[in-house]
Amino acid sequence: MGQSYLSIEQVGKTFSRGGATTEVLTGIDLKVERGEYISIIGHSGCGKSTLLNIIAGLTPATTGVVLLDQREVSDPGPDRAVVFQNHSLLPWLTVYENVRLAVDKVFRKSKSAAARHDWTMHNLELVQMVHAKDKRPAEISGGMKQRVGIARALAMEPKVLLLDEPFGALDALTRAHLQDSVMQIHATLGNTVMMITHDVDEAVLLSDRIVMMTNGPSARIGEILDVPLARPRKRLELVSDPAYLRCRSAVLKFLYERHRFVEAA
Amino acid sequence: MSLPAIDTEKKVRPFPKAKVLAMPAPAPQFAATVVPMLRGIAERILPPAITLLILVALWEFLCSGEGASLPPPSQVVTDTWELITDPFYDRGGLDKGLFWHLLASLQRVMVGYTIAAVVGVAVGTLIGQSTWAMRGLDPLFQVLRTVPPLAWLPLALAAFQSGEPSAIFVIFITAVWPVVINTAVGIRNIPPDYVNVARVLRLNPFEYAVKIMIPAAAPYIFTGLKIGIGLSWLAIVAAEMLIGGVGIGFFIWDAWNSSLISDIIVALIYVGIVGFILDRLVALIAHFVTRGTTTS
Repeated sequence: MGQSYLSIEQVGKTFSRGGATTEVLTGIDLKVERGEYISIIGHSGCGKSTLLNIIAGLTPATTGVVLLDQREVSDPGPDRAVVFQNHSLLPWLTVYENVRLAVDKVFRKSKSAAARHDWTMHNLELVQMVHAKDKRPAEISGGMKQRVGIARALAMEPKVLLLDEPFGALDALTRAHLQDSVMQIHATLGNTVMMITHDVDEAVLLSDRIVMMTNGPSARIGEILDVPLARPRKRLELVSDPAYLRCRSAVLKFLYERHRFVEAA
Repeated sequence: MSLPAIDTEKKVRPFPKAKVLAMPAPAPQFAATVVPMLRGIAERILPPAITLLILVALWEFLCSGEGASLPPPSQVVTDTWELITDPFYDRGGLDKGLFWHLLASLQRVMVGYTIAAVVGVAVGTLIGQSTWAMRGLDPLFQVLRTVPPLAWLPLALAAFQSGEPSAIFVIFITAVWPVVINTAVGIRNIPPDYVNVARVLRLNPFEYAVKIMIPAAAPYIFTGLKIGIGLSWLAIVAAEMLIGGVGIGFFIWDAWNSSLISDIIVALIYVGIVGFILDRLVALIAHFVTRGTTTS
């Protein structure tokens, strides 16, 4: 207990509106080591986002605690940077200013203005967005916006990076491109990453472990799958890799055989 | 032409060398840039000019007969030639050029409107931020905002015992509602994602207000400000008719009392133009301040 980098202990969440209460999550236990890439996968409405919001501190847990680096999570903070599904860039700021806002806030005391500028540019370089630094979010594509969102999150130097379906709204080609970028960044920086997804291939390609959630209400962790693939991983080589295929079918079986989403049928 | 290739090959004969005519280089450039520009201008200017011409002609036609109650445009111009050509004259008292009357009205509007803008944004922010403030104040505001501006004037006169602050109060009470309501809606409609970004970054309330809240709500706030300036200008003319003193409203009322119908018509045109300029001015400021905020 408490030895892991990120430790989610018996977390449950009940929403109550008026007299009606809905138990969304129950008894979630998960230990994440430093530098691990974890995916959370499950059908829509299973409480994946709620779980991520609890870790981010945006939503308080009803029961249980989240410990990050041996400290209890009680409110949102830059040590748990979130990349939101719809990028959430501020439209009145340029790409540079969006990242700089985060850098200024997090490093106001520890870095000089020049160092903060360099750090902003460094993070934009990391996601290959320097060329568009003076553009506003409305002037760049969806994939580019998500890159900037990732740069903003990385720039906070978070202990854990939380990705909330980061590529969900993108077309398949852009998505593949961004997945490669994220893999590369993860390889370079060694971040601890927690990603929500409902794309099986994405989960297997990127993750060290895949957390599969049962359907809500009262969703639990159904199964945790280790992905024993060596890094760096190459998308094209994996297509025929037996280990990759085994993982993929394990996740598919979990999602579509044992925990079919009844309402979707 | 879709002639088969073989056919053309047979028929092709060497053409005589094309003569290259020397053309003065700037001429085509000049024509290429200036002519479309002029055409663009003409396309915008001509339709309203023609409409105006037709309407003036119609007016001239309808009012030039015997016993017409309103003067035709030709007579308006001859009657008011001094007013039109010299808006700056000042013979003391209330006998001043239109410029001075308009200036006096504009000053009142500016004072009342500025107070309305500041109070409106502040109160709107409060209602937008706090559910309790909204529950407490919103019903009251919904009732009060339907009270016609001029209905406040007697009450204001009773309270202030003087015309000047009463007129300013009427402007304030007219302009403040759209600013309050639009600001509140703008603050309420800040996307939750922006709020989450602020929370993850741990922005303090002041940073949140400056970096997120005001820019996010700016398009709404300016909509309110734009409606407010229009209403202020509507209200000032009516208020000045009642309070007297220098001002375009009083000028119109005074002209009516002296049966100077032509003066009224000229004053109305001025009022319209100033109102239009005020509207454009706020729209222009809004355009510069909110650029980039309306699209996500």
